Amino acid sequence: MSEQSVTEEEVRHVAVLARIDLDEREVEEFVEQFGEILDAFETLDEVPDVEREDDLENVMRADEVRESLNQEAALENAPETEDGYFKGPSVS
Amino acid sequence: MSESSIFITEERIEGEDEGPLAGKTVAVKDNISTDGVRTTCGSAMLESYVPPYDATVVERLKGAGATIVGKTNMDEFGMGSTTETSHFGPAPNPAAEGHVPGGSSGGSAAAVVAGEADLALGTDTGGSVRNPAAFCGVVGIKPTYGLVSRYGLVAYANSLEQIGPFAPTVEGAAELLDVISGPDERDGTTRDEGADSDYASAADGDVDGLSIAIPTELVEGADEGVRERFWEAISELESQGASSHEVSLPSIEYGVAAYYVIAMSEASSNLARFDGVRYGPATESAGNWNEAFAAVREEGFGDEVKRRVLLGTYALSAGYHEKYYAKAQDARAWVKRDFEEAFEEADVIASPTMPIPPFEVGESLDDPMQMYLSDANTVPVNLANLPAISVPAGETDGLPVGLQLVGPAFGEERIIHAASALE
Repeated sequence: MSEQSVTEEEVRHVAVLARIDLDEREVEEFVEQFGEILDAFETLDEVPDVEREDDLENVMRADEVRESLNQEAALENAPETEDGYFKGPSVS
Repeated sequence: MSESSIFITEERIEGEDEGPLAGKTVAVKDNISTDGVRTTCGSAMLESYVPPYDATVVERLKGAGATIVGKTNMDEFGMGSTTETSHFGPAPNPAAEGHVPGGSSGGSAAAVVAGEADLALGTDTGGSVRNPAAFCGVVGIKPTYGLVSRYGLVAYANSLEQIGPFAPTVEGAAELLDVISGPDERDGTTRDEGADSDYASAADGDVDGLSIAIPTELVEGADEGVRERFWEAISELESQGASSHEVSLPSIEYGVAAYYVIAMSEASSNLARFDGVRYGPATESAGNWNEAFAAVREEGFGDEVKRRVLLGTYALSAGYHEKYYAKAQDARAWVKRDFEEAFEEADVIASPTMPIPPFEVGESLDDPMQMYLSDANTVPVNLANLPAISVPAGETDGLPVGLQLVGPAFGEERIIHAASALE
């Protein structure tokens, strides 16, 4: 981004992707800050390709029925519920 | 609410009558779930959230006889280096008035210094236990990744974070680590090391024959006063029979950038769960799911959280993944290899914990880049998944300085040995 700083449009686009509304003040502030921060991230271009020794292994457990939260406990923090279900906004 | 406070919620949670921590009080960072007691993560998003279960570490505290005295103030979702991004106002630094306690576990470190609790738990994603330990003049340990269960910890960056102890002494921190460490079937990333640990007995002050490597990159950039205290501490260890040599870790220069790309990317994914449906503030938005979701997140998240979620989303978005995220993973592997090579010639690696003394209150808030750069000495440890301790090393201009000792994976005993020699 060194030759071209982050634009207002890009900040708004990424905010849509991240599902966060921003007000005007935030957009202005982030345009300025993101340019500086992404410039600092540019240094990663100098990092050589490094062979990664993956020592990863899957950790499995038996697929057995276990005790879990009851319906009441699972719903107790929800702002809106109906008939024992979470109630959310319309999908479309 | 903007008053400076150590706790977000003060509430006594009694443990068992007997156990290794019987009679001890413990303060718990507010991103660690406590059954029936509000857990806010320092965020408006979770202001009224009451978990219906305990984190594994909380179960272990109760089982060990500890009394939990409250949930401590923190940077929102662990994002910050000063505990000033908390929705509930900043935490004070009882060891340095007018200065920040460090972050993001600043409330936990402050609770120990102020005598509000004997011990405390924090979380360390890029230095969030060691930074406040250094700024407040107490001991803090970031355990090896996989030593302590993260079940019940509200996730910020899963591949980097660990829960760790604070105490006034190395032995006290080691005792608390003994209680919380060990495998947990509810966290598949935990390992068997630490199951029958006795870290406390490693705090015997014996450093005879200990070999210490000092990465020049982590000392040169530090403030003069911090460097002086650091070299005095190294001399003290040498006078007790340790030896030291300088090493170069060329990958370290890329640590901060790699850390923030990875942490922000993981944050953008983890924090997607905050949609205001299962928990979170009620929305007034009459729009569809996406509109309601965006409205609740606008209201519920503070500036630093938005900054990181947006930058993480950007780094993972089409066209930028290879440029930022993939290169950050290369840098991470490189940092890990540099440390492994250094440990071929040394038992522990030492540096100042923080290159600077505590910021003045408000100093870093408007300049995120300055705040991010202050984590240069602590983030490489999280990238390499290693254990590290911060132990007090005196003061500069009346402000606390911390010394960091890093060990090889599951080498907690070594860093506890070495740190205890400085008390």
